[in-house]
Amino acid sequence: MAQAFTPGLKVTKETIVKKKRILPLKGDVMVKVGDTVDYGTVVAKTDLPGNVIPINIANQLGVAANEVRECMIKKEGDSIVKGEKIAMYKSFFGLFKNHSVAPITGTIENISDVTGQVLLREPPLPIEVDAYIDGTVTEVIENEGVAVECMGSFIQGIFGLSGERSGEIIVVADSPEQELQADMLKPEHKDKVVVGGSYIRLDAIRKARQIGVAAVVVGGVDDKDLRALLGYDIGVAITGHEKIGFTLITTEGFGEMNMAKRTFDLLKENEGKRASVNGATQIRAGVMRPEIIIPSGKDIKGYKGDTGEGRGLQIGDPIRIIREPLFGELGTITEMISDLTMMESETMVRVFRVKLANGEERTVPRANVERIEI
Amino acid sequence: MGDKKEMKTIIATDCGSTTTKAILVEKVGNEYRLINRGEAPTTVEAPFEDVTKGALNAINEIEDLSGRKFIENDLLIKERKNDKEGMDIYVSTSSAGGGLQMMVAGVVKSMTGESAQRAALGAGAIVMDVIATNDGRLPHQRIETIRNLRPDMILLAGGIDGGTTTHIAELAEIIAAADPRPRLGIGYQLPIIYAGNSDEKARKIVTDTVGGKMALEIVDNIRPTLEHENLGPARHKIHNLFMEHVMQQAPGYKKLMSWTDAPIMPTPGAVGSMIQTVAEERNMAVVGVDIGGATTDVFSVFESENEKGDIEKVFNRTVSANLGMSYSISNVFAEAGLENVMRWMPMHMDEKKLRNIVKNKMIRPTTIPETLESLVFEQAIAREALRLAFEHHKSLAVGLKGVQQQRTISDAFEQTESGQSLVDMMRLDMIIGSGGVLSHAPRRHQSAYMLIDAFLPEGITTLTVDSIFMMPQLGVLAQVNKEAATQVFERDCLVYLGTCIAPVGKGKIGSPVMDIVVEYPIDRDEIIKKTGAESPHFPVIEDMTGNVIKRTVTYGEMYRVPLELGHSAKVIIKPYKGFDIGAGAGKELSATVNGGTTGIIFDARGRRPFTIPADNKERVKKLVEWTKVMDACDTVALEKYINE
Repeated sequence: MAQAFTPGLKVTKETIVKKKRILPLKGDVMVKVGDTVDYGTVVAKTDLPGNVIPINIANQLGVAANEVRECMIKKEGDSIVKGEKIAMYKSFFGLFKNHSVAPITGTIENISDVTGQVLLREPPLPIEVDAYIDGTVTEVIENEGVAVECMGSFIQGIFGLSGERSGEIIVVADSPEQELQADMLKPEHKDKVVVGGSYIRLDAIRKARQIGVAAVVVGGVDDKDLRALLGYDIGVAITGHEKIGFTLITTEGFGEMNMAKRTFDLLKENEGKRASVNGATQIRAGVMRPEIIIPSGKDIKGYKGDTGEGRGLQIGDPIRIIREPLFGELGTITEMISDLTMMESETMVRVFRVKLANGEERTVPRANVERIEI
Repeated sequence: MGDKKEMKTIIATDCGSTTTKAILVEKVGNEYRLINRGEAPTTVEAPFEDVTKGALNAINEIEDLSGRKFIENDLLIKERKNDKEGMDIYVSTSSAGGGLQMMVAGVVKSMTGESAQRAALGAGAIVMDVIATNDGRLPHQRIETIRNLRPDMILLAGGIDGGTTTHIAELAEIIAAADPRPRLGIGYQLPIIYAGNSDEKARKIVTDTVGGKMALEIVDNIRPTLEHENLGPARHKIHNLFMEHVMQQAPGYKKLMSWTDAPIMPTPGAVGSMIQTVAEERNMAVVGVDIGGATTDVFSVFESENEKGDIEKVFNRTVSANLGMSYSISNVFAEAGLENVMRWMPMHMDEKKLRNIVKNKMIRPTTIPETLESLVFEQAIAREALRLAFEHHKSLAVGLKGVQQQRTISDAFEQTESGQSLVDMMRLDMIIGSGGVLSHAPRRHQSAYMLIDAFLPEGITTLTVDSIFMMPQLGVLAQVNKEAATQVFERDCLVYLGTCIAPVGKGKIGSPVMDIVVEYPIDRDEIIKKTGAESPHFPVIEDMTGNVIKRTVTYGEMYRVPLELGHSAKVIIKPYKGFDIGAGAGKELSATVNGGTTGIIFDARGRRPFTIPADNKERVKKLVEWTKVMDACDTVALEKYINE
């Protein structure tokens, strides 16, 4: 039977974290299995072919396309320097001369006799992939990249913006219920992973950017504020490329919601340690959630604890409700009812009986809860 | 292929991006019927990275439900041993891992560019971009765009036979310079299909330019003349390459391909094939829609005159890649705008709350609406997603552009142009809805209501939904056993919701639009006896004398006559001046219409334009009135939210 509930987000005190660090195209791997690396170590690099600039020499010189090759001073494969003459046409016994100059530095890629177009290629762009986490190289994929593993705490958020960053954790909220307000952010938080409590508003987000924090981790944020920050609506749930100057991670969702106590406590416990964070979120194929990784430096050999495998929900499991009308409420499963039950919307679903934190018992669709991972 | 085999037991799967659905079809007596259905999460992604695991899990659920055995040692039992064990054939479709993503190129965007787009879409692809020499971009911008895309395949068209070669060379040079990397797999050559000017010179240029860098295939020109579009060979080649190249790179597909008795089809390609079969067999104009979590596909089959003056059925498919009910719900909200979504909502919700609800659904896509307010809101968004996807479809399902037309004096008055939409709502016979929000709506009436609001059918239109979304499996099954596919489609797949009767025209609220006469299969006394006096189960009883219902339907009104599935009724519609039901303005039309879960719906809310009152109080009043007529929800519960 398909699992009719949302797998919970990982909030794990100690686990093995494995990260594959792969080049976008084939290149050189710089490390070997067993090497110790830190977050900034370059593990693989390659050259991305440079940009291509087409220029229509036939039009520039006023010649037919099939005459372009004769006019070229530089041939296919030749290096060129910006401003250098690359083609020339003489008419009236050399009395009139037209020439074309290179708009870039690079090489001549192709000369077309059909279109009169010449393709110029800029020099290759070096691409480097770093280790992202402090750990050990456990696998080398020839010409493609490596896998790096470490022991440490691992926290998944629900939604984030912007990509990979690293910084020291500082917890500025007193409790998971406290809002991260602008006046709580100080210049000394520059390059730090700043942990708030429940919520952050636009003014505080802007202050965080102005200070230059590495990341902000909070419970929730309003979509309206993200729209104001980005200048556009997030259409589909694929993020990670936003250029906002820092990484934003929400642990619970959109709106005012307290950070789960367990998440807050774990971050508090790790205050002062370095964390690798990534806001990239992708909900569709290949689900990717934002993450906070805090390497502990312990040896991964012989570790037999949590390996990230999930299991189904059971009576007694702590859960979070993830859809209105009880969105964000925490509780414990007291009964698993297998018969279909009709909701107010008249949808027939399988449900749980859940004891909420305030002691009240409620019936909740199984699809609308997620386990609080331990 | 298994077409020579005796086919009694058939298993078909659809490996979707999130769920793999399996169906068991069996010959019972002389006809094929759906026996069971199972589903399981798709396993293309890590940690499984093997699509066959999800397929086996879905089939395993069928085993549990049917008490039969189809799997042994993680392999399918491909031989039917007895009534309890094995299958005769196994077929599958796939849209896992994002389906088939293509980039197309043509010389003129509205001509060969559009033809290339139609060829790719019809084969079941998502078109990531259309590159053309007149697309308004500079050459370096085109190169940058292509470089940033990671398509599964490229289709290069351009030029009629004997036409331009220079522009084709320009496109080929740009593609070669960009050298895009395939989406799946490092280090394999990206497939490119050339389906342009078939002259030797043109083909040589393309071969010389891209041949070494990419896996080039050459097929017949998709636009051999301006007046003729020949999409078949390109579509066929796309299917083959999808199997040979793209699927080979996706995790577990080599194994899945070795199990199937017919080539794996892209899911939308299979749905399209099923819709084409329906349109042909019933000689109907059909619009089909499949609204998913990430994308919405629209299919249509309408008649059109070809270059020889013959009438032919033209199939079109479009995909709106970012219109869907979960992953893409936020994009629907952004594209449609707050006002358009809210016009369907009878209750007030502030913008900040709405935005957060939409985003929370996006990041937790598998949740379901528990409250009525949540359901009404989701169905409001669905109406907009369907409307936008249909608008997109109408803009692409057009006649060939650039064709010279011979005009008569009457044509000159009509001022028709080439490239007009083939979608004519007045000629449309049937709408087929599919996808979770339509197939699994708590009340079937809600599906009918959503289809009417989103598509605004004109004249007389039959409304149906796919009961459990099995058109993909039936589409691929039709490739090996058309009889089985059409029998199951008719008996177990298609749910008749009813018939929508909507005149075209504009009026004032409360003014008469049409006089209707319905010759009902049962008379008034019999109904009263059956349902117990003035029963709310049959709200039109006061308009009934004997077995005849007579009524004047006014502007802004919806009127519904329940008519059970299997029953039919003769309907006479006499539209008032300025309104057209299909026979011409003010002209009477009579027809025999079939029943369904919702019955006959007379929609006098106007067409061209369709209007919802602008005044908020009036709008809410009307929405509640229509909801009551459509019996679309518990209106007492609805009033509670409205009064909050």
